[in-house]
Amino acid sequence: MTVTPHKARPMVAVENLRVIAHADDGREIPLVDDIRFTVQKGEVLALIGESGSGKTTIALALMGYARHGCHIAQGTIHVAGTDVTSQTPAQLRQFRGNKVAYIAQSAAASFNPAMKILDQVVEPVVIHKVMSRAEAEKKAIALFRELALPQPDTIGQRYPHQVSGGQLQRLMTAMALISDPEVVILDEPTTALDVTTQVEVLKTFRRVVRQRGMTAIYVSHDLAVVAQMADRILVLLKGAIAEYGTTGDLLRAPQAEYSHLLLEAAKQKVRPSPWRPEDATLQPMLEVRDLFAGYGPVDKHGQPKTPILHDINLRLYRGQAMGIIGESGSGKTTLAHAIAGMNKPCGGHILFNGHYIAGEMQQRSENELRRIQYVFQMADTALNPAHSVETLLARPLTFFHGLRGAARQKRIAQLLELVRLPASVLTRRPWALSGGQKQRINLARALAAEPDLILCDEVTSALDTVVAAAVLDLITDLRRELGLSVIFISHDLHAVRSVCDEILVVKNGRMVTQVVRADYDKPSSELYYERLKRAVPELRQGWLDEHNDIAL
Amino acid sequence: MNLLTLPWRFFLSLTASGKTGLSITLIWIALAVFGASLAPYKLEDIGVGPMFGGVSKDFWFGTDYLGRDMVSRILYGARYSIGLALGAALLASLVGTLLALLAAVAGRWLEEILGRINDAMLVLPGKILALMIVAVFGSSLPMLIVTAVFTYWPGAFRIAWAMASSLRSMDYVRASRLRGESRFYIAVHDILPNMLHPMLTDFGLRFVYIVLLLSGLSFLGLGVQPPYADWGTLVRENLQGLFDGSPAVLAPALAIASLTIGANLFIDSLQAMRPLTPAKGVA
Repeated sequence: MTVTPHKARPMVAVENLRVIAHADDGREIPLVDDIRFTVQKGEVLALIGESGSGKTTIALALMGYARHGCHIAQGTIHVAGTDVTSQTPAQLRQFRGNKVAYIAQSAAASFNPAMKILDQVVEPVVIHKVMSRAEAEKKAIALFRELALPQPDTIGQRYPHQVSGGQLQRLMTAMALISDPEVVILDEPTTALDVTTQVEVLKTFRRVVRQRGMTAIYVSHDLAVVAQMADRILVLLKGAIAEYGTTGDLLRAPQAEYSHLLLEAAKQKVRPSPWRPEDATLQPMLEVRDLFAGYGPVDKHGQPKTPILHDINLRLYRGQAMGIIGESGSGKTTLAHAIAGMNKPCGGHILFNGHYIAGEMQQRSENELRRIQYVFQMADTALNPAHSVETLLARPLTFFHGLRGAARQKRIAQLLELVRLPASVLTRRPWALSGGQKQRINLARALAAEPDLILCDEVTSALDTVVAAAVLDLITDLRRELGLSVIFISHDLHAVRSVCDEILVVKNGRMVTQVVRADYDKPSSELYYERLKRAVPELRQGWLDEHNDIAL
Repeated sequence: MNLLTLPWRFFLSLTASGKTGLSITLIWIALAVFGASLAPYKLEDIGVGPMFGGVSKDFWFGTDYLGRDMVSRILYGARYSIGLALGAALLASLVGTLLALLAAVAGRWLEEILGRINDAMLVLPGKILALMIVAVFGSSLPMLIVTAVFTYWPGAFRIAWAMASSLRSMDYVRASRLRGESRFYIAVHDILPNMLHPMLTDFGLRFVYIVLLLSGLSFLGLGVQPPYADWGTLVRENLQGLFDGSPAVLAPALAIASLTIGANLFIDSLQAMRPLTPAKGVA
């Protein structure tokens, strides 16, 4: 731990912070314990750690707030010359918004959809009677300009649904900055955004922080993003400090074991593939020809109401892993749904093992259903919360293979071993498992069918970096052990590169380009792919300042 | 986890008002079951005390217009008030839930038909409908249950349907569909267990409504017929005692009030408890 002697009085000083929650039976559960850090004026401190490590709890405690059922039990918190823990609720209300501002993860959920944006942006200062309305509106428009929003004079007259996600996040920043707060807390501000949008927003944050000399607390789970933003990093593990030091030191020579893991996971090493391009001479296992699909009722010309995918062609060989990548709304998931039979294509064909298969799952045979398995993005919603892990895994075994009794138990044990889970999880329900464990059960359920192909729909995007890396390792191992073919859908180019033999880039429902593993690092003539590639933050300081976007 | 201590741990996890409510409800249910053997007098012991007698050592809640002991009358009546309401609430919730499940998995046509029938039922005022049914078909115990079920199943259907239709688009239901599971399996294994909790809460509220409906019908003389009496009948029988401040009219009214308030307190505390269950939000 490196602690430099502070000359000036720190802007934020936290000592011995302990926040506890009360369990149903009255026990006290510490959420964070013995947290101490200081942030000087103009510094950016990042809080990093997996979900449940107490990042947001600390960030909220800085504003004197604890979530329902929790409270700040111990410690001193000084923010901008205010002792937060000794404030009355009325004083806290004055303090929040004026001296410290909070930018939440999902701007879309934080804006009132029924109010014009400008009215919401000026609301904090008008309520606190710091400025007159006219002054506030003028300042807001100046902020919109500063944050590089398009049409700064009129964008405030729109409603939240009329602007994009990245713009909304910047508008929320304007809302936070309008009262000239001394400390800004950013809670995973770019997690919900696409990579290309993320770069824009990060650049804006970076510029504003520099120009205004703002003190900021940046909460994130993404080390590469944090490396661009922060001067110091506080690594949290299970509510306690794992490591605290400058960004440079942490990236170069991490001390704690967990920091090593984080760094390792963020590097996204290339995982060896068991598949060789020479194997592609055989008949492809899955072939998609001229696929055309969309949503809504089909009119008399065979056009769906909302067409999504056009002219998709792909060939997937046995044992191969293909990545499908694109921004949100590009049609990646629609393509996977079409292959799985959840969304009947309006045109084109799907061939599986050389045979045409029906577009609708109801018309597919049991064997076809078994051979193509779909792994859903959110393990939380993909596992029935009313069933135990044993029931979840037993059902496909009984359904597809007619296994019962001891044979079934044996197979369940094998499956758990395959996804590296202990047998003790069998009796638990999904909500008693961690996110990574749930995703493993989700995979195990697909494997229970003994499929030829699994469709992984953003399986790692809801997971923490370290856990996600472990799941990617698992998928790679499974390919080697079982000879599985995988279609891997993601917006995370690094993850896709590290596991897939081939990448299919989709934009607005059309294939843009197809890149094989050997060409990943070569510059591509396809600008869109190049742009995606460059937008993924790299794990070194100063990447953001070097990054220049390609105009499309 | 020890299954035997589960009810006790559940009781401890309730709020103070929830504990009070549950205790009152349980005491009434116990009295309904064992009331007949606990009652100090027989149901038809006419004239064991004075007419509209006050509270005394022999008659804790006084006596009614025929000099019968009110404590015994209320204990016998609990069987009708609670038993009928419990049966009717159970049936109404079951009918509503099962039809909603059917509508959720059986496809567009059945869904539309059941939904529109349900809408039509919902716009009919419940009390008037109940009065009409009793007026046309007469009053008997089975008929009263049928009336209550008929009046209250649409509400249960509405809630169950809303739940089932949101649950059927969950990923785990889609996963089952992708596996090629039958509609029956999806309804029984995937949808039903996950709507059980809210439906139990709804059942509690429905029970309270039905107690009030049946008491109301009895008060109008259309419910349980003499010499048997539920609490609504008891209020009506002794109405003339109201102006003398006789406890005979107050006691059954208090019984109705305490039962409904108790059940409501319990249900409300369940709703307040829900955010503390381990359902975690999306990270």
